[in-house]
Amino acid sequence: MNEIIIKVDNLSKNFGQVQAVKNISFEVKQSEIFAFLGPNGAGKTTTIRMLITLLLPSSGDATINGYSLIHHPAEVRKVIGYVPQMISVDGSLTVRENLMLMAHLYDVSYRECNERIKETLAFLDLEEYAGSLVRTLSGGMIRKLEVGQAMLHHPHLLFLDEPTTGLDPIAKRHIWEHLMELRDSFGTTIFFSTHNMDEAEDACDKVAIMDAGEIAAIGAISELKEKTNKKDATLEDAFIFFTGNELQANGNFREIKRTRLIHHRLG
Amino acid sequence: MMNYILQLIKKTWVMAEMEVRKLLHDPTELITRAIQPILWLGIFGEALSKIRAIPTEGFSYLQFITPGILTQSITFVSIFYGLAIIWERDMGLLQKVLVTPTPRLALVWGKMISAGVRGLSQAIIIYIFTLVLQIHLRITLLSTVGVVFITMLGASFFTGLSMIIASIVKTRERFMGIGQIITLPLFFASNAIYPISIMPSWLQAIATINPLTYMVNGLRALLVTGNVSRLPFDIAILIIATFGISFISAYMYPKVVV
Repeated sequence: MNEIIIKVDNLSKNFGQVQAVKNISFEVKQSEIFAFLGPNGAGKTTTIRMLITLLLPSSGDATINGYSLIHHPAEVRKVIGYVPQMISVDGSLTVRENLMLMAHLYDVSYRECNERIKETLAFLDLEEYAGSLVRTLSGGMIRKLEVGQAMLHHPHLLFLDEPTTGLDPIAKRHIWEHLMELRDSFGTTIFFSTHNMDEAEDACDKVAIMDAGEIAAIGAISELKEKTNKKDATLEDAFIFFTGNELQANGNFREIKRTRLIHHRLG
Repeated sequence: MMNYILQLIKKTWVMAEMEVRKLLHDPTELITRAIQPILWLGIFGEALSKIRAIPTEGFSYLQFITPGILTQSITFVSIFYGLAIIWERDMGLLQKVLVTPTPRLALVWGKMISAGVRGLSQAIIIYIFTLVLQIHLRITLLSTVGVVFITMLGASFFTGLSMIIASIVKTRERFMGIGQIITLPLFFASNAIYPISIMPSWLQAIATINPLTYMVNGLRALLVTGNVSRLPFDIAILIIATFGISFISAYMYPKVVV
C-alpha cells in the first residue's frame, strides 16, 4: 500500500532558452491521489508529459513502478493510463469502438476485451450509450468515457491533466465519484493536475504546489495549511504563502486557446 | 523480435480497422472527394482530347489521363492525412495513442492502410465514371489486383509524406499552405496528364525522381497499354519509397506533439 510508484529525481525540461520545468524531485505512493496545483504555464502539463513518456526530459529521470522513463519507456507505458486535458475521444466512433481501440492498443486480449468493455461501461453508467457516436454525448459523458479508456487495462497509475476543465459542477462531482471508486476498487494511484483549489482540496491525499517550473511546496493539504501559521487557512492561503502569488489563470496564447476550446467542445 | 512483429501486425490492423469504421459511419467524405477527379476527366480531359495536341502513344487522351487522374485523386486524399494528424494532436487523441505500448510504426502503417482504403474508393468511383464516359480500360482480374496494390502503395507513400510534413509544420494553417505547394507541383511534374517526353529536360529530371510518376506508369500499364514490362521496376520503386518513408515517418510522427 505504501510502496513508491513515482519517484522523480531532478527532472528538468527546456524548450530552447525557456526552462519549463526546473530540477523537480518528489515521490508518490501507491494508491495515493496526488494533485499538481498551479496556474496555467506553471509546468504541470510538461511534467505530466514527461512522466507519461511523451516528452524526453532535458535532464534528470523518474521511475514509474520501478521503470526508468529514459531507459524503459515501453514498460512505463504498459502500467499507466492517461486522460489528456483536451477532449481525446474520437467523435466519429461509437462509445464501444473508442473503448475497443484503447483495449487493443493496451494489449487487453481479444478473449477478455468484451468483458472489460462491458465492465467499464457498467462502472461508468454508459451502457445505454455503447452504440452511440461519441460526438452526440454530453461533456460529462465524454470525460467519463475518457476515464474508461484509460482504466480498461487496469493500470497501476492514472494520469489526468486538468480532468474537469469545462465541466459543470454536477459532471465534475460524477467524475470524481468514479475516480474515487477506481482507487478504492483497484488501488489505482491517481495523479492529476489542476488549477482549481476546491478540486484539489476535496479530492487529494497529497498536493504539490507548482509555480514557474518549480515545486514551491509539497505535502498533505493539512500540513501545507499549517505552515502558513494562519488560523482557518485555506489552500489558496497556502498557495499565496509558498509562491507569493495568487493562483490566477495565467498562461500563453496556446494554453488559453486550448482551455477555451475545451469549454466550447464540452458545451 | 517476434513479439514486436506480432505487436506491429496486430496494432496496425487495429488502427486501420478504426479508420475504416470511421469512414463507414460517415461516407460523405468519399462522395465529396470524388467530385474533383470527375471534373478533371469530364471537363479537362474532354476538352484536351478534342485538341489532340498531346502525344498519347496511340490511345485516346481520356484513356491516357485516367490513370493520372486516379493517381492525383489518391495523392490528394493521402497528402491531407497530415491535417488529420494535427487535428488529432489538437484534440489530444494523438497524445493518448502515443502513450500506449504501441509501436510507432503500427500507428503510421495503420494510417497508411486506411488512406489506401480511401484511395480504393476513389478508384471505384473513377472506374464507374469511365464507364459513363465510355473510356475503354483494360479491366481484368490481374489488372484489378495490380491497381489495388499500386493504389495501396501510392496512398501509403503520400500519407507517410504528409505525416512527416505535419510533424515539421505542426499547425493546420501552415500545413494547408505546404500541402498546396507540394501537391500541384508533384502532379504537374509527373506523367499524369502529359508524357515525360514532351517536358523540358529539367522537368524530366524532376519527374524521374517523383514517385507519382512510377505510380502513373504502373496504373497506365495495367489499365491502358497492357505493356507490363516495366511494371516490376515501377512497383519496386514504390515499395522502396513507401517503406523508406514509413520508417522516417514513424521517427518524426511523435514530434508533432512537442
